[in-house]
Amino acid sequence: MKFTKLAISNPVDLIYGNAPHPITTRHGMVIGGGTVYPELNFTLPDIDIRKESMPAIARHYKQIVTDALERAAELDVPAVMLEFETLPPMTEFPDLGMEVVDILLHGIEHARDKYGLRATLRCTPNDNREFVRPPVMRGGRYLDAMLELFDRSAAAGTEFLSIESVGGKEVHDDALVNGDLRAVMFALCVLGVRDMRFLWEHIVAIASKHGAYAAGDTACGFGNTAMVLAERKMIPRLFASVVRAITAVRSLVAYECGAVGPGKDCGYENPILKAITGCPMSMEGKTAACAHLSPMGNLAAATADLWSNESVQNIKLLGGMAPTCYMEQLVYDCRLMNCASGEGKESALTLRNWLVKSDAGHDPQALIISPESSVRIAESIVRSKSHYHAGIAAARTAITILREATEGGCLPSDPRETSWLQRMEDELDEMPDTEDEFIDEMLEEVDRTKFNPDEYFFGQPHA
Amino acid sequence: MNTLEDLKTAVINGKRKEVKAIMPDLLDSGFEPSAVLEQALIPAMSVVGERFKRNEIFVPEMLVAARAMKEAMAQLEPRLVAAGIKPQYTAVIGTVEGDLHDIGKNLVATMWKGTGFEVIDLGVNVSADAFLAAIDQHKPHLVGLSALLTTTMPAMKDTVAAIRNAGHTDLKILVGGAPITDSYAAEIGADGYSRDAASAVDAARKALAA
Ligand code: B12
Repeated sequence: MKFTKLAISNPVDLIYGNAPHPITTRHGMVIGGGTVYPELNFTLPDIDIRKESMPAIARHYKQIVTDALERAAELDVPAVMLEFETLPPMTEFPDLGMEVVDILLHGIEHARDKYGLRATLRCTPNDNREFVRPPVMRGGRYLDAMLELFDRSAAAGTEFLSIESVGGKEVHDDALVNGDLRAVMFALCVLGVRDMRFLWEHIVAIASKHGAYAAGDTACGFGNTAMVLAERKMIPRLFASVVRAITAVRSLVAYECGAVGPGKDCGYENPILKAITGCPMSMEGKTAACAHLSPMGNLAAATADLWSNESVQNIKLLGGMAPTCYMEQLVYDCRLMNCASGEGKESALTLRNWLVKSDAGHDPQALIISPESSVRIAESIVRSKSHYHAGIAAARTAITILREATEGGCLPSDPRETSWLQRMEDELDEMPDTEDEFIDEMLEEVDRTKFNPDEYFFGQPHA
Repeated sequence: MNTLEDLKTAVINGKRKEVKAIMPDLLDSGFEPSAVLEQALIPAMSVVGERFKRNEIFVPEMLVAARAMKEAMAQLEPRLVAAGIKPQYTAVIGTVEGDLHDIGKNLVATMWKGTGFEVIDLGVNVSADAFLAAIDQHKPHLVGLSALLTTTMPAMKDTVAAIRNAGHTDLKILVGGAPITDSYAAEIGADGYSRDAASAVDAARKALAA
């Protein structure tokens, strides 16, 4: 493992607004340097994305950036991040994506001139590689188009590059609905890790070419899929919480390859990564209720350096267009946190602890990313000798934390749920000692119609 | 000697090996293949579906039962074919063009199989043309369309229109996915909508009976 010790080893220091390695943008916004800033994310209402509909799409994005930044300025925010998460055709055809990037960059510049607002852009091309089934990960037009968009977007002035990469997901989806921890481990810590290394080498190179920041990835398609399935009572919450802990091993690879943060908002594993890397992280919680249910609306803010709303459609609400309204909500959340830390560490911690305490007893997923648990899981990861072993270690630590909590009355204990702790532990006990043995076993077990090993092991026997 | 009730229980509990052992015994002792299907397997899956609806079990447990049913079907199918018994209904299902979300669609397909439909799953990112080709090939009674993105809702609408324009005016079309609503289903000319996999069976039966 590249990180062998923690950047934050005392949970007391794992707190919003402060990261050991802050980042300064071109216009002087410091992320992780003591202040929490909003990160606004937005999407289109139902509309067909084609060349012909681009004028209408352009109008949406123009309206979003103009109105939302105006609201931010009205509310005296010194700096904000906008995130442009593309929709599939915008990555597939980079010309479409770039049209939006240009609109957003222009809007940001305009707001700087008009209000002195230091806004900046994160661009997150969506990962279309799985449009081919089984996914083609290491070449082909989807990869090429995605890298082209990263490159052109950074060249145009985007400062932060992120992605929600999908390596291993073709195995993970089935693993989740089958409650299969071994397959989860294979997807995240074997396949995912290999794909992340491949992808992030490219992203880091593109970022450094243009003086942009390689920000970070997220295990959204893994951990959040599990979280949403659990909230819908489809899979056990305890299982989804253990999956969350394991996703940290996969997302960590971006930072091992040179990403510097801020980690992507929907990576609820980010507190664990912040403890390991010291990089600032974006988080989302109650203000992302527009996008999906999460059981840690308050707790997620406890360690946030940017505070996000995940995604909201550009539709009209009574208070204005939805992205503008969400900007306002983010601003007020950030004000409160910044006000608390302005009074000193003790006040900052009081608020942080309330954020944690108000959620941690309600849901295991929340408990798992609390500062205390995050540091414990982070520690087990950095002490491991490989990503495979780190996955097992993270899972074991998570199980221990969850067992303590359910047995100690800190979490509700439903036997239908708690029986899964033993089931998962048994599965971990059966895991082979070495990754090579594990790969051999899994290549036998996994459905080859959905997954092509050559896309991950690339000519090598496996490693 | 094993009974239909034993088979049903084994499927409900997801005991694949047990199912595998019970089946030849049942079939050799003279049970009609159609009785095995209608009195053991389908009722078993409907119990499982009900338990899931009541939050008594999770999807992994439901899928274990579905795999046990599949085991039974593998042995039963040749007998059903020999007896000239076809599944009552055939369904084609897929996620519309531009959309890769399939967890929900897969669950719907599983539930439809569990109720005895023959289900042809076209996968994800399925174009209107691909749906039309599958309809020509399989002559289904029911088509299921899934869309999870607001930006692929237009593709769902176009697919329904393409199916209708191709002359399949009586073919039942069911739609679903997080952004889809009853009123959207009606607006685009679909015959029904359901918000989850468990009610997708009722919705299908209701549409087919209409
Ligand atoms: C898991 C997930 C993913 C996974 C999908 C994994 C997979 N194999 O399916 C991944 C990570 C790949 C993914 C990718 C993307 N996603 Co997504 N995803 C989700 C998430 C979190 C859950 C979906 C899910 O699986 N739910 C669980 C299942 C069981 O429920 P379900 O799908 O609703 O299905 C049930 C019912 O709807 C119904 N049903 C479904 N289909 C049918 C069909 C019929 C016929 C019937 C009767 C019933 C029925 O029954 C099902 C079973 O109960 C949703 C959030 C949400 N609120 O839904 C976002 C969400 C749908 N995704 C979203 C987005 C934006 C994306 C991306 C564009 C992100 C990006 N920039 O990369 C890409 C798009 C990829 C593509 N081209 O499709 C947005 C959509 C926003 C919008 N504008 O519409 C959502 C809402 C998240 C958000 N709030 O931002 N996503």
